[in-house]
Formats: sequence, structure tokens, C-alpha cells
Amino acid sequence: MTAPPTGPLLGGELPEAAAEPGGELIAEPTAADEPGLGRRALASLRRDPVALISVLAVIVLAVAAVFAPLLAPHNPLQAYPNGLSGDGAPVGPGSSFLLGTDPNGRDVLSRLIFGARVSLLVGVVATALASAIGLLVGAVAGYAGGIVDSVLMRITDVVLSFPILLFCVALIAITGPSTRNVMLVIAFGYWTYLARIVRGLVLSLKEREFVVAAKTLGLGHGAILRRHILPHLVPAIIVYSTLGVATSILIEASLSYLGIGVPLPQASWGQMISQGQQYFQTAPWLLIAPGVALVLTVLAFNLAGDWLTDLLDPETSGGRR
Amino acid sequence: MTDPAHLHGATTERQATAQPAVDVRDLRVHFTVHRGLVGSQVVKAVDGVSFTIAAGETLGLAGESGSGKSTVARTLVRINRPTGGSVLLDGAETARLSGQQLRAYRRRMQMVYQDPYDSLDPKMTIKDAIGEGLSVRGVPRARRTSEVEELLARVNLPVALAGRYPGQLSGGQRQRVSIARALAVSPEVIVCDEAVAALDVSIRAQVLNLLKDIQADAGVSYLFISHDLSTLRFMADRIAIMYVGRLVEHGTSEQVFGQPAHPYTQALMAAVPDIVNLGRALPAPLPGEPPNPASPPPGCAFHPRCPLAIDVCRTVAPPLVRKATGQLAACHVVPDAPGVTP
Repeated sequence: MTAPPTGPLLGGELPEAAAEPGGELIAEPTAADEPGLGRRALASLRRDPVALISVLAVIVLAVAAVFAPLLAPHNPLQAYPNGLSGDGAPVGPGSSFLLGTDPNGRDVLSRLIFGARVSLLVGVVATALASAIGLLVGAVAGYAGGIVDSVLMRITDVVLSFPILLFCVALIAITGPSTRNVMLVIAFGYWTYLARIVRGLVLSLKEREFVVAAKTLGLGHGAILRRHILPHLVPAIIVYSTLGVATSILIEASLSYLGIGVPLPQASWGQMISQGQQYFQTAPWLLIAPGVALVLTVLAFNLAGDWLTDLLDPETSGGRR
Repeated sequence: MTDPAHLHGATTERQATAQPAVDVRDLRVHFTVHRGLVGSQVVKAVDGVSFTIAAGETLGLAGESGSGKSTVARTLVRINRPTGGSVLLDGAETARLSGQQLRAYRRRMQMVYQDPYDSLDPKMTIKDAIGEGLSVRGVPRARRTSEVEELLARVNLPVALAGRYPGQLSGGQRQRVSIARALAVSPEVIVCDEAVAALDVSIRAQVLNLLKDIQADAGVSYLFISHDLSTLRFMADRIAIMYVGRLVEHGTSEQVFGQPAHPYTQALMAAVPDIVNLGRALPAPLPGEPPNPASPPPGCAFHPRCPLAIDVCRTVAPPLVRKATGQLAACHVVPDAPGVTP
């Protein structure tokens, strides 16, 4: 075999180098191994105290929700006789009730902890459901294209055109308030955001050469979606789901505040805020405690979502480096 | 340049059929471009291209960017649908296949892509990328690891790379992985669309040699697309030159490189810097730009840039006919071979 024509000065020697397996390893420097995701996460948390606090807050909240019965000092549903003063007014924060009691003589801290359970449950389940629907609709629309894409995206646009809270209120009015319905209704309003994001990502992934290569390799559509498209969507889904939990918690609180969310006597932050509002003059802790909990939770999820965005970088995670 | 006995020795079985592996006849790929609300325009990216590739043979396809050579490649592996003509693979029509039959066809016709940085899934290990080709061929899971190792050895990559991700590999290594992935499905034809254009010159030589060795072993046919004529001269048994969607010249490597017939081919050859005429100024390049394929000039598409153009070139498109120098060319001015009726 004759020497290749490329590089007349080098051509003579190169074929020998090629015949030696791994010769190229020495000739060409390879990219240094990147640190794993876990190590990068820890490093970025060390640099970014805001992210660290928000991630810790999310963890604390999750622990509180999961272990609510162990952590709560009192039964959240029980009206304690010593929870009301002589004239029937709620007791302020003190040694027996750390955050005071509500007008029924129930412990505010315990209700707050059990309320975290409701908020987180609704937030996570509703978002998971919304993500599943959004992923399915967005991936199918983006991958199939054409008429399927048009139909699915017009449906998405219609749902998206309603203000999400109003949409949920209207749906609750039809289905009736219950924890399950609140989750379903939020999922039904929120999936559209994910569907649009996923569709956009799939549209661009579809044109990437490695997806085209998988197609010309003879793989079926299912295998291409599962093996070459889905893994590239994961970072974006994690990020938008984290933000979605914050939105869902806020919607749940709004619905409960309006009295059409999680039904009584179960504790939920929105309904605690609604009740606390009436007693703001005499018992401000009733409003402040759930209000602060809600604000901090939503803030923590949003900031944690921002941090995840930077960490996973969904814009380019499907992209070349 | 090449040693036909060495190249074709392993392929006598396939060649015994005497039927070309790939037979493309009058291939047309037209795209409809919509402009505004009602306007639309047909772009004839490929307009009546015919060629054959024998088993174990390499056809080199050259042309400027926009000439339609990549569209030919992408149509052969059915990324694009042909809008006309036929593509015969071992004598069977494939241009209108769909569904399961199309997937079966794709396994026989593989492609190595230009961009080694985008043609491998960054989230998939080398082992899995090659294993995917094996799974398509129906290799049982238990045998895949050993077959992946065999394929890696065949493309001169160390087995240690199997667990790595493409991001940890160099461009040349990735292109070898792409070749191994294509080989995993045991194709009859591999389309190389500028497969070495993105590689360093030194690495390019290794990959080209590798492709030749594979051809000698497995008897695959190549459609080798490149804008680099020296690469084609090294790789190809026969050469086809494209200009604005059509073939303007088609012949053996010796014919086309020895005595280029078409004035466009002559201009391309003259523009190649050569080790022999280093230090001398290159001849003046072709005047003007290649025309927009959406609105090619009437007659011969090359006439506005052609130094030989005569009146008939401006109105009548020349047919691709045999010329006195032996190859086919589409030119009114270049003398035909004896016996060709105009």
C-alpha cells in the first residue's frame, strides 16, 4: 500500500504508527477525565452559600415532611384545653407551644410541620404527574413533527392561554376539593410548560448527527427516543421540575387559602394563612408562621432550581462541549 | 496508486454476480422551500444523477459545497427521501421502501459522518455505541462484549477505551469508533461523507489507511465524498464530479486525474496545490461563485464560469456522454468519443 497523499513529508511514516494499536493515544492528547457530577455539585455548593442554604432548606423540609409524626411536639388535630387562654383567645409563642396556638387551641408548630407534608406531597406528586404528561406530549410532538405536532401543540397552547390559578380554581369547582383533586388539577395546568420545553429540546436533538446516525444504523423510533433522546432531556426535566414544585406549592396554598384546596381539618399552609389573617391584630403568629414557611419554601426551591440549572446546564447538556 | 488484485482479492465471491452493489439511476432529490404564506420554490439539490458502485469498489464523489454531493449521500442512507429515480441495492429497488423494510435496508448501507464530535452520543459509552450496532444485527447480548473488543481491535483502538465516553476521546479516535459502529451491522456499503475532513492531516492518513484495510478484508463498497481531490485520488477507484446537482464528469481515477475532460474538473485540478509546482503561483481560480441551486443558469449550469463556453452552452444542457479521453463528461465543447451520436 502506498503512502497517503496527505502531508507529503509525513506520509511515509504514518501507516506504521497506525498499525500499532493505541499509537494514537500517545500522538493525540485526550480530554482529561472530568470530575463526576457529585464532586462538581459539592464543589459548587462550597462556592455558593445561597445555593447551599437553599439546598439545605429543601432537605430540612423534606425531612420534616417525612418524619412529621416524630418531629411534631403535639397532635396537629387536637384542641388542647391549655391551648386557649381564659377568655378563649389563642396562646402566643411560649414554652409549651413554641409557635403558639390557633383559635381552636391547636399547636401551630405541629400544624406547620404536618402542613409541610401536605405542601410537599402536593408539590412533588403534582409536578411528577405534570412532568410525565409534559414529557410524553413534548417528546411525541417534537419527534413526530407534522400534523401530530400541530395538534398536540395547539392543545397545549389552549391550556397555556388560561392563567394557571384561574384554570385550577375552575377545575376544582367542577371536581370538588380534595387533596387528590388538588394534585390532579395542578398537574393538568402545569404540564404545558414542560411540554413546550421538551418539544423544543427534542426538535433540536432530532437534527443532531448522533440521532441521525442512530436512525441510519437501523434503530426503531422507540429505541432512538429511549436511548438517544431521553437521556439528554433528564437535566432539563430535573431543573424544571424543581421549579415546578415551588409553583405547585404556591398554587396549593392559594387554593387552600380560598378554601377550595386541601379540606379541613387537615393542616395546610394556605388555609392557616387564611385563618391567621382574621386574627392578625390579636395573634400575629398565626399569619407570620405559615407565611414565612411558605415564602422560604418557595424561595428555597427556586434557588435550588437555579443552582441545578447551572450545575446540569440543560441548554448545553444536549450539546457539544 | 492502488493495487486492484490486493483490493479485490477478497471480494471475488460478491463480484461473481457481476451486478453492481449499488446502482443509482437518474436520482432526483428536490426540496420545496416555502416562502412567505403562499410562495414556494423547488430546489433541485440532486437532479438526475446516475452511477454504480461495484462490490469492493470505491467511488469518489467530489464537488464544491452546495453541489449536492452530501444530499446524494444522505439520500443513499435515506435521511432524505428521493423524489425521483431509483436506487438499486444488489438489484433490488429501494427508493420507495418504508417501515421494517427500510430499517432492514439501512443495516446494509451505513454512513460515517463528517463531524466526529457530534456523530457519537455524548452520553453513551464507546462499548454501548458499538453494541447498539451489534444489537441491530441481532448479536446476542452474551457475545456483544467480545465482538465489541474485536471491532475495537479492527479499527486499531485499545480495548481499554470501551468504557469511556466520546468526550474523553480525540477526533481521530471518535472517527474510528464511528467506523466500528458502522462495521458492527456488517454493511455492504459504507458512505463516507467528508469522513476525514475534520481530522488533522496526520490522523487523516491513518483513518484512510484503516478504511482501505477494512475494504480489503470485508469487501465493502465505499461512496467516498470529499472536496479534497488528493484524498479522493488516494481512496477512489472511480471518480464522479458534481456541479449544481448533476454529474459533470465520471470515469476511472486514472482517466479523471490523468486527463480531466470537463473544464470544471480541469479548473478543480489546477487549483490543487501540488508538491511538484510548489513555489509557483497557482493558475487563476474560476471566476464567480457556484450558482444558487434554487435558480441555476439555463443550459449548462457551468457556462457563466466556463472559459470554453459557446452559444449552445447558454441554452442547451449538455448530456453526460463518453468523451475521446474515455470517461463520461457533460460538455458541448469537449470532443466526444468516436461513435457517440450527439
